[in-house]
Amino acid sequence: MSALPNPAAGPTAGRATGPARRALRGVLPPLLLLAAWQAASTGGLADPRLLPPLERVAAAAWTQLTAGNLRDSLLRDLGGFALGASAGLGLGLLLGLSPLAGRLLRPSFDALKGIAVFAWIPLIAIWFGFGEASKLAFIALAAFTPVVLNVDEGVRGVPAPLREVAAALAWTPWQRLTRLVLPAALPSILTGLQLGLIHAWLATVGAEYFLAKGSGLGGVLIEGRDRFDMAQVLLGVLLLGGVGYALNRLADLAARRLTRWRTA
Amino acid sequence: MSAPGDVAARGRVELRGVGKRFRVDGRELTVLDGIDLVIEPGEFVTILGASGCGKSTLLRLLAGLEHPDAGEVRHDGRAIAGTGLERGLVFQEPRLFPWLTVAENVAAALLNAPLDADAKRRAVAGHIAMVGLGGFERAYPHQLSGGMAQRVAIARGLVNRPGLLLLDEPFGALDAFTREQLQDELRALQAREGFTTVLVTHDVEEALYLGDRVVVMSPRPGRIRAVIAVPLGQPRDRADELLGRLHHAARAALRDTLPLAA
Ligand SMILES: Nc1ncnc2c1ncn2[C@@H]1O[C@H](COP(=O)(O)OP(=O)(O)OP(=O)(O)O)[C@@H](O)[C@H]1O
Ligand SMILES: [Mg+2]
Repeated sequence: MSALPNPAAGPTAGRATGPARRALRGVLPPLLLLAAWQAASTGGLADPRLLPPLERVAAAAWTQLTAGNLRDSLLRDLGGFALGASAGLGLGLLLGLSPLAGRLLRPSFDALKGIAVFAWIPLIAIWFGFGEASKLAFIALAAFTPVVLNVDEGVRGVPAPLREVAAALAWTPWQRLTRLVLPAALPSILTGLQLGLIHAWLATVGAEYFLAKGSGLGGVLIEGRDRFDMAQVLLGVLLLGGVGYALNRLADLAARRLTRWRTA
Repeated sequence: MSAPGDVAARGRVELRGVGKRFRVDGRELTVLDGIDLVIEPGEFVTILGASGCGKSTLLRLLAGLEHPDAGEVRHDGRAIAGTGLERGLVFQEPRLFPWLTVAENVAAALLNAPLDADAKRRAVAGHIAMVGLGGFERAYPHQLSGGMAQRVAIARGLVNRPGLLLLDEPFGALDAFTREQLQDELRALQAREGFTTVLVTHDVEEALYLGDRVVVMSPRPGRIRAVIAVPLGQPRDRADELLGRLHHAARAALRDTLPLAA
């Protein structure tokens, strides 16, 4: 027994440097790309109108950030995600918990999920108009589908042997839901939420780009394109990628914290 | 639920003409056939049989996880219709909740027990110490060895002090030393508190050392082949001469049950 790791001790010191070094390796290619970009545009290899030097992108960043476009996009994204993810949690739990609801609704849902999310844009525009409501609806819809799928799958995947333990311990239905089904489904639920977050972010820009123009990063892209301001377009692309990456990392960290028991 | 102490008055088990069939690959498989057995309150009965003879199925019927296709199963006079806190079950595998710590896994059995928080905490700590896992209260199941996990499962099965305790090969995954130690702990606890106990095993020595009676089962279909009474009190001496003689009888009964011996 003494040979076993002390459960009270945290992760070993050796493991702490691993992820840091890996993360560093991960940012190396983008940094090299930026360096090549800068070299190409200042060294005259590329037309600076098509590939503006980094300082012009940085200058554009300052204008756009102070104009609040990034903030508007983020708020819109999180609002739509919150709506879609809560609805998705609800439907996913219903499908997974109620065999009747599952049999009744799962086929329709499977059919619906095959429709590319952008195909909904015309319908949403007609139903909700071209304002903020339709953007939120579109983002919510994009987040909704992966959440439903993964929550449903997670809930149905609760191991039968553990269900029997809960029965043997005479747990009430509520105890089974909160102490068995939800914890067992948590990894799946978190996967769904993380996918929903990514889809919502993609949909945010899509909504801003394809629905009526307004504030937000989609607007930055459109304006840059219309004015042939490549610095602004490239800034938009960089911000999209950066925010998407950051959201994904945050979701990853949160998921890992919440399911510590798998690796603690 | 009642307080520990008066459990000795409860825990009578009756099996009358019990049969159980399963459909396997489109064919009906009779797993248990004509099982008749009465277990008196406070008795310690061990069920001995080769792999696949239906021991786990019999225990699951007693737990209320399965229902008989023929006959009836009664606990304290009432037909067993489902699971309940008046019956405790230790499965053949640990079946711990991976997201709960050792202490939380044991406490999971007390969720609906009529005890206050302090009494629950004491019961959990006491049972973890009893199975020799003091210091591992906050470990997660994946940090335990197989034998340690099974000891947590035993603590979880015992902590609630059910009138009828059902154990499915609980010591199978343990090393010889820990096994003997836990056998003694279980037997002492049972002698002290008097809950009825049914323990499944395929280890002849264990069956004889623990049981007031040893029920020997034959496979395909699972039937009761012999019932061997062990007229010895507690605690017992593992080297007792009578145990040695009964060992031969039990082995003979068991050997007769094997199709190859015919
Ligand atoms: N749910 C089930 N569905 C179909 N067949 C089953 C089911 N449960 C048990 N059986 C069959 O019943 C028979 C007895 O199984 P059981 O688990 O009771 O045996 P056992 O005596 O506990 O064996 P072991 O000592 O290996 O644990 C086996 O042939 C098994 O295939
Ligand atoms: Mg078995």
